[in-house]
Amino acid sequence: MAVFFLRRFLQTVVVLLLVSLVVFLGLYAIGNPAEILLPDDATAAERDAAIRSLGLDKPIWVQYGVFLANALTGDLGTSFVYNTPSITLILQRFPATLELALSALFIAIAIGAPLGLYAGLRPGTRLDRAIVTGSILGFSLPNFWQGLMLILIFSIGLGWLPSSGRGETGTIFGIETSFATWDGIRHLILPATNLALFKLALVIRLTRAQVRETMPLDFVKFARAKGVSERRILGVHVSKTIAAPIVTVLGMELGSVIAFAVITESIFAWPGMGKLIIDSINRLDRPVVAAYLLVITFMFIMINLVVDLLYTVLDPRVRLGGRT
Amino acid sequence: MSALLEVEGLKTHFFTRAGVVKAVDGVSFSLAEGEVLGLVGESGSGKTVANFSILGLVDPPGRVVEGSIRFRGEDLVGAPISRMRKLRGRDIAMIFQDPMMTLTPVLRIETQMVETVLAHEKVSAKAARDRAIDVLARVGIPSPAERIRAYPHQFSGGMRQRVAIAIALLHKPALILADEPTTALDVTIQGQIIAEMQKLVAETGAAMIWVSHDLAVVETIADKIAVMYAGRIVEYGRSGDVIGQPAHPYARGLLDSIPSRTTPGQHLNQIPGMAPSVLHLPPGCAFQPRCRFADAACAVPPPIVDTGEDRWARCVRPLAPEAAL
Repeated sequence: MAVFFLRRFLQTVVVLLLVSLVVFLGLYAIGNPAEILLPDDATAAERDAAIRSLGLDKPIWVQYGVFLANALTGDLGTSFVYNTPSITLILQRFPATLELALSALFIAIAIGAPLGLYAGLRPGTRLDRAIVTGSILGFSLPNFWQGLMLILIFSIGLGWLPSSGRGETGTIFGIETSFATWDGIRHLILPATNLALFKLALVIRLTRAQVRETMPLDFVKFARAKGVSERRILGVHVSKTIAAPIVTVLGMELGSVIAFAVITESIFAWPGMGKLIIDSINRLDRPVVAAYLLVITFMFIMINLVVDLLYTVLDPRVRLGGRT
Repeated sequence: MSALLEVEGLKTHFFTRAGVVKAVDGVSFSLAEGEVLGLVGESGSGKTVANFSILGLVDPPGRVVEGSIRFRGEDLVGAPISRMRKLRGRDIAMIFQDPMMTLTPVLRIETQMVETVLAHEKVSAKAARDRAIDVLARVGIPSPAERIRAYPHQFSGGMRQRVAIAIALLHKPALILADEPTTALDVTIQGQIIAEMQKLVAETGAAMIWVSHDLAVVETIADKIAVMYAGRIVEYGRSGDVIGQPAHPYARGLLDSIPSRTTPGQHLNQIPGMAPSVLHLPPGCAFQPRCRFADAACAVPPPIVDTGEDRWARCVRPLAPEAAL
C-alpha cells in the first residue's frame, strides 16, 4: 500500500513536470502577449517597460526556471490581464464548473444506467432498438449544435428555461452553489443537459454491453438455481459485477467533463473555468492558461487515484501495488 | 414406492437461425427417492440440457416443447416462474461444472450462502449464517467461520466446488442435479469430491442425477445409468449391468474408449467420427453412421428393446450379453 502511494507520488511529480514544460513551450510559441496587452498607441519605451515588468525580456529557459521555482512555492504566476494570482482566478471559477460537471454526470448516470440495463436485458426488442438508436444520436450530433437546439426549443420556443448565466446562487454548508435557489437550478438545467447528452449515450452503451456480457454467465444461472429472486440477481450479483468497469470509465469521464466543459460554458455563458480559459487564450494570458492546464492535469491524476482505490472496493480480486 | 421424479417424453428444442436444434428429443426416465442416476454421453448429447430442463433453466432460444417432468407428482413443465423459484435451491438443487464460474466473483461466500437460506426461509441473518458455517464444515472446508468471509477467488478449484456443494445442501434438497461437477478439477480432487458427494447423498437421502461424459466416474457413484446419444437415451439400466454388459453398440463403444479398460500395449478401440450435429440427424438410428454393427435394418427409427431385468436399449439388434467383453 505504502509502495503504491510512493510510486504514485513520484509518477505525479514527473507528469506535472513534463506537462509544465510542454505547456510553457507551447505558450511561448503562440506569440508575444505584449502585442495584445498593450494599446496600439503605446510608445516604444512603454512597451519595453511592460515587457520587462512581465519578465518577457529574459530568454525562455530563464522564464521557465522562474515559473518552475515560483510554482514550487505554490505561486503559479499572476494574470497579465486581471493582475491577480492565476490560481485564485481559477479556483474562483472552479465551483461553477464542478457544479455543472457533477450535474451532467448525475443526469447521465441516473437516466443512462436504467436505460442501458433495460436494453441489455431485452436485446432486440423495439424499446432496446429505440434506446440504442437514441444513443447514436447522442454520440454523433455535435455538442454545440445540441446546445443551440436546446436553447432554441426550451428557451426561445417554449420559454421554459433561461439560456444563459448562472442565475442566483445561495450557500449550502458555506459553499456557493446554484442548488440553493430555484432560479439557480433553472439556470443549471439546460447547460447540464447539454453537457450530459454525450455521457448519457456513453453510459447507455456501456451498461448495455456489460449487462449483455454478464447475464449469460454461469454465476447468474447458479444464482437462479439457488432460488434467488430475479430482482436480487440484478440488484446485487449483476450490478456489483458491472460496477467496476463502469466506475472506471465514468471516473475518467468526470475529468473530461470538467476539462472540456469549455463549449457548453461558452454557449450558455456559464461563468466557469472553461469560459475563463477561452478568454485567457484569446488574450494570451499565459500564466492563467499554464495554471489552468496544470490544475487540470493534477485533477486527472487525482481522479485516477480515486478510481483505482474505488476499484479495490468494488472488485475484491483487484489489489493495489501491481504485485500478483 | 412412487417415483420422486418422472420425466416423460421430454423434448427441449432450440430455435436458432440455422434451424431447430433438438437437444433433447424424447427423453423418459424415473428416479426413486435416494436413487442416483448417471446421465452419460458425449458433448452435445443433450445430457446437460435435460438437467437444466428439470429446473426450468433453459435459456432462450431454447424451450421445453413437449413432455412432462413430474416432481412428487407435480408437473414442472409450464409451472409458473414463482413456483419454480420456490423449488429451486430448496427441493431441487444444482451443482455446476465449472466452480470458477458458478460463484459470483465480487460477493463474499457468506453473502452468497446467506441469500440462499433467506430465499426460502424467514430466519434471522445470524441463523442463516450459522447454518451456512455448519454446512461448510460438513463439506470439509477447514475453519469455516473465517473462510466464509472470503471471496471465491481466495479458494482453490476443489474448495470452490465444495462451497458450491455446500450451497446446494443448505436446504436438504430431495433432488440434486449435478452437472459434471468434477470435470474441471484435478484427478485427485475429483476423487475427493466424488467420495464426499457419495457420503453426503447417503447421509441426507437425497436423490441425484449425475451428468458426466466419464463412465468411470459415473460407475462409482450411480445406481442406474442412462446413456444419451443425440438427444435420446439409448440405453438404460442398473449401473453394474450397463457397465458390465452394455447392450447398445454406443455404450459399448464408450466403455471401450476408456484407456484403463484395455491392457497396456493393446490397440484402443474407439468410436469413429464424432457426435452428429443435432441439426442434421440421419434418418433412422442416429448412431448408425458410426456403428460397426449397422446394416439396412437401422434405417428406420430403432425400437426400445428390453434387454434384461429393469433395463432396455434403443437398438434394432442389441448386443447379446456374451458379445460384450
